[in-house]
Amino acid sequence: MKARVHVYLKPGVLDPQGQAVATSLNHLGFEEVSAARQGKFIEIDLETADAEEAQKRVAEMCDKLLANPVIENYDIELSA
Amino acid sequence: MKSAVIVYPGSNCDRDAAVAIERVTGHAPTMVWHGESSLPEGLDFIMVPGGFSYGDYLRCGAIAARSPITADLIKQAEAGVPILGVCNGFQILIEAGLLPGALMRNEGLHFVCERAPLLVETSQTRFTSGYGDTKELTIPIAHHDGNYFADTETLDRLEGEGQVAFRYGNNPNGSARDIAGITNANGNVLGMMPHPERAVDAKHGGTDGVKLFESVMGSVQ
Repeated sequence: MKARVHVYLKPGVLDPQGQAVATSLNHLGFEEVSAARQGKFIEIDLETADAEEAQKRVAEMCDKLLANPVIENYDIELSA
Repeated sequence: MKSAVIVYPGSNCDRDAAVAIERVTGHAPTMVWHGESSLPEGLDFIMVPGGFSYGDYLRCGAIAARSPITADLIKQAEAGVPILGVCNGFQILIEAGLLPGALMRNEGLHFVCERAPLLVETSQTRFTSGYGDTKELTIPIAHHDGNYFADTETLDRLEGEGQVAFRYGNNPNGSARDIAGITNANGNVLGMMPHPERAVDAKHGGTDGVKLFESVMGSVQ
């Protein structure tokens, strides 16, 4: 089973890297870009077939290491 | 005074820390590898040095904070041993949950490396008592992720409880309320982005950091 974890800054937390990306896209002629937020994508291979258990364990991984709860939120996507 | 410096893969201020501690206290610290499960017994002072532990992977300090040594570091913090985290060491202490908030990418996105004016916010801590009436110091800074962030409630609490030890004279990184260094509620853990260990020699960066180490030494004697 694979877990795909997106870690991203909470709304309201300043993201200077995302702002720089948006500005750069504007400079390249993508004037329709009004904002960008930069996050992280982590793909994890799991030795389990139990989706419910996997969800629980990956959430624990996020809480313990992958995300910083002070500034970040996360989403978990599981696939076979 | 019995002290220790924790060394992580990628630490690069550990030897400066050791030199500063020995110069000020007269005793060389024990260098402790992060993979050890315990620190030496009877320590009076622990320093978590700066650098780029684990190449700043994931988040600065995040992986180092999950090292085997951390469990004992937390125990020592709870027992009241003075602990100083500088730069990456500050990031590690935050990631280990010993200090509140987060250190994010500098607002201007640049790595800042300069001698910076630093304001002593309170001399009522065991790390700053030696500064007395001296309010402004010059201490080197060198970091990419020193932008201190915490929610308003936490910031108010830190200020209300006298836990803001240092502020920047000229905010270089976007830190909330110009915060450069904070202590925990018990006052025995200090995290700061500026490098006092680089300010202990008149020929190299000035001597404004000496009193910080003297203060700690005075507080444990």
